Amino acid sequence: MSTRTDKIDALAEQAARTDSAGVSVAAAAWRRLRRNPVFLFGAAIVVAFVALALLSPWLAPYDPGERMLGDQVIRARDQIPPPQEGHPLGGDQVGRDLLSRILIGSQQTLMVGVLATLIGFTGGLVLGTLAGALGGWVDTVVMRAVDVMLSIPGLLLAVSIGALFSQPNQFTVILAVAMVQVPIFARLLRGSMLAQRHSDHVLAARALGVRQRAIVFRHMLPNSLGPVIVQSTLVLAISIIDAAALSFLGLGNPDDRIPEWGAMLGEAQKAIDSHPHLAYWPAACIIVVALGFTLMGESLREALDPKSRR
Amino acid sequence: MTQVTTSTLVEVEGMKVHFPIKRGVVLDKTVGYVYAVDGVDLSIRQGETYGLVGESGCGKSTLGRAMLKLTEPTAGKVVFDGVDLSSMKGEPLRTMRRRMQMVFQDPMSSLDPRQSVESLLVEGMRAHGLDKGKESTGRRLRELLSAVGLPSTSLRKYPHEFSGGQRQRIGIARALSVEPDLIVADEPVSALDVSVQAQVINLLEDLQTEFGLTYLVIAHDLAVVRHISDRVGVMYLGGLVEEANSDQIYTEPLHPYTKALMSAVPVPDPVVEDVRERILLAGDLPSPANPPTGCRFHTRCPWRQESRCDTERPALRELAPGHKVACHWAEDIRDGRIRAHEVKPQLTQDDWDTGADDNSLAGPASVTETLGP
Amino acid sequence: MALLEVRDLSVVFKRKGEEPFTAVDGVSFDVEPGQTVGLVGESGCGKSVTSMAIMGLLAKRGVKVSGSAKFDGTELLTLSDKQMRDRRGQELGMVFQDPLSSLNPVISIGLQVAEVIERHRGLSRKEASVQAAELLDKVGIPDPKRRLSEYPHQLSGGMRQRALIAIALACRPRLLIADEPTTALDVTIQAQILALLAELVKETDTALIMITHDLGVVAGLCDEVNVLYGGRVVERAGRHDLFRVPRHPYTHGLLASIPRLDAPRGERLSPIRGSVADNIPWTQGCAFAPRCPNAIDTCVEVTPAMEPDPVVAGERLLRCHNPVEPADRVEQEILT
Repeated sequence: MSTRTDKIDALAEQAARTDSAGVSVAAAAWRRLRRNPVFLFGAAIVVAFVALALLSPWLAPYDPGERMLGDQVIRARDQIPPPQEGHPLGGDQVGRDLLSRILIGSQQTLMVGVLATLIGFTGGLVLGTLAGALGGWVDTVVMRAVDVMLSIPGLLLAVSIGALFSQPNQFTVILAVAMVQVPIFARLLRGSMLAQRHSDHVLAARALGVRQRAIVFRHMLPNSLGPVIVQSTLVLAISIIDAAALSFLGLGNPDDRIPEWGAMLGEAQKAIDSHPHLAYWPAACIIVVALGFTLMGESLREALDPKSRR
Repeated sequence: MTQVTTSTLVEVEGMKVHFPIKRGVVLDKTVGYVYAVDGVDLSIRQGETYGLVGESGCGKSTLGRAMLKLTEPTAGKVVFDGVDLSSMKGEPLRTMRRRMQMVFQDPMSSLDPRQSVESLLVEGMRAHGLDKGKESTGRRLRELLSAVGLPSTSLRKYPHEFSGGQRQRIGIARALSVEPDLIVADEPVSALDVSVQAQVINLLEDLQTEFGLTYLVIAHDLAVVRHISDRVGVMYLGGLVEEANSDQIYTEPLHPYTKALMSAVPVPDPVVEDVRERILLAGDLPSPANPPTGCRFHTRCPWRQESRCDTERPALRELAPGHKVACHWAEDIRDGRIRAHEVKPQLTQDDWDTGADDNSLAGPASVTETLGP
Repeated sequence: MALLEVRDLSVVFKRKGEEPFTAVDGVSFDVEPGQTVGLVGESGCGKSVTSMAIMGLLAKRGVKVSGSAKFDGTELLTLSDKQMRDRRGQELGMVFQDPLSSLNPVISIGLQVAEVIERHRGLSRKEASVQAAELLDKVGIPDPKRRLSEYPHQLSGGMRQRALIAIALACRPRLLIADEPTTALDVTIQAQILALLAELVKETDTALIMITHDLGVVAGLCDEVNVLYGGRVVERAGRHDLFRVPRHPYTHGLLASIPRLDAPRGERLSPIRGSVADNIPWTQGCAFAPRCPNAIDTCVEVTPAMEPDPVVAGERLLRCHNPVEPADRVEQEILT
């Protein structure tokens, strides 16, 4: 008799005794991500890119600013250094080693992407939180301003902001690119904050007597960040491409001793007819890195979205 | 279920909650109001369970929230334990919230998915300065969990790791964490599986005995409300139509709507079902944005009379001790002087397209959710 | 032969990289014309999946359906998509829980009803539209002519459900499957819809499969009731027998845990312990054993079979090693 009850009780309590330490939402999302091949592929690209940026000073065979193959450049015949021993990709229009420039270029490109995203994210976070948490006229003012900015095509806005600076440099490029992202982040965050504001768990916190500030920063904001974080991985890719476009239009960093993929692409278009390979390399790098971030962002979105959860 | 004393804990007078319907391209213009709650008086005694029943869109959830000042009432007064909450704001109101808590319908959405059970339970205690030291808080947490029947290993887990019934227990534990006097339970079991509903109902009853709580239970299920409540109030389109103790409301429903509601509730017994007389109401609930004149129920009432019903709004009056009803003809209907007749279903006039319709699908409290402040 | 004969129906969901999940596990039942058969159970018991499988509405990928479902002698499970589609409009009708998402939001109600009539009965648009108005009137939609031109969002929940029933009835199906048709509705509206369904069955001799979690709905409407737990039928009986003497501990527990409107005040409910998540696989015994107050050793060793009730008379099948004894002498007398 006792064995019977023991057995049944053991079964009954089985569910209660699955005594894991507790899996938070983030941890559960991470578990799903770890098994997602799309995420792993994207992450591999991103990790490789970051590693490249960090290690490039040691990987690059030559100084990217030195015109070491300058003697092979014959402007009149439109001739540039071909691939040769020690220089597998050859040289660029002024005889600098192309491979070294591509490798070192990853540093600036990463910086543009990360800084532009960070600035855009921060700006959007502040505006979106203000609008979403306070509501009322603050919300109206902020959102109308955001609407105005959104009504201008992104690249055009970046170009306009970039053109405001009489002396463009690396930082003005980053700022121009980041400004375009601010309204997108703000709108996204405000939207999900509003949804949170009317959610049951926020109402529950209010009913509990939790202070308004704590409700905003402990409940509304953390629960609204998911889509914003996903957006930032996508923005990273977009920023790199936008920065490239600015350089392409001549609004980039005029100092071309420090290479950057976008700027290199801009340079290369001048000789696109005769030497397309100058454009291929930076373009391919940008595409691959953008793809990496996009894949990562998409799979992150999928993992965080409760609807796609099983 | 516990000893009911005569002292009143909550008194609601002339409560009105009207949500503006806004339209406009640039500037919002108010084009009308949803009369979610439209003139309700009620009082809840210390230690009793008051059940508020009604169909979706009748304003019962809004009334519950307005009583807790989670929704700002348009007019009316709430007196909680002698303190008038109407003009209360900010810090005093926040401190007051400790004494009146809420349990929600959907246990998943009312728990922040990012909070562990421990942090869910500590949050309220911290907000009211009840966490005095690590040791006493820890003891209190274990007490709370054992009171609602959860293992103490639950503390480090997250809401999504529990079943629906267990989540509702967490929600109840959270409400208890601040040692409240009143708990407003808004559809506390309707999202749960049938076999689990009874567990939560029993738990609510046990906790009431143990902690001397006062409940306002809001539900659409008359059987649940009748089971758990000492007194029952029936709502229809923003107003209270009948109030009686839980036995009276079953044995002698006086308002035609209560009768219809009662006859529509299915009973899990074929013998009863086969012989039961059904009062099938014609048509739908009119839109709370455009309620009928006079008695709100006259458009669907099988006992409707030529005079008064469509012109004069009946007040809640006491017919028998403790039994109040808002119907001009209640005595005549009770004594059989008026017979029920056929009602042609009327089109519900929706000058406002989605609102009222959505209510019927989204379930209770959607008015507050879609139009709330 | 019955109109619908379901035999050993099983549905296994298999996703890549996950354990296969058996949602329906060897379900058998018959439905006769004019008969209402109830499938009752809580979330996850497989009641909806059963109906989807019969209607051929389950995804093809990652789902394995086995067993047989013969409709008027034709095997439904092996029909091609097109054959099944024709049959769904003409002979099989279905009403879902959420009428709003089952209706096309951008097409008027009238057109949605008329389209079905047009396609399956070969009438002209005009004739079909007249028929549609008649049908809306029949399901109790006031002012049907005006409603024809309205869109789903303009109707209330109850009216939408009526419209959905009208669409399901448009081609006079011989079998109607109603999957929680009143769960999203208010009780007074639910009463209207249930009365409508009961009337239809009586008038047109339609066979009805009623899927619900609400035992109250079953008690008023169904001739025969199948109680499902963990994907299997655990008890089947006529509604009077089932409710008078519930023999399976699960059925018994469900009935004891529902507050009844007509019960005396203060009577305590007896819930079933645990939740539906606490099952054990059927292969290791009885899935309900961990929650069962009657469980004995055998329950976690031997899978119970569906067998005629050995004690109580009447047509009843039971899947239990240790059923609930009929409560008292009176009940036994009624039955024997």
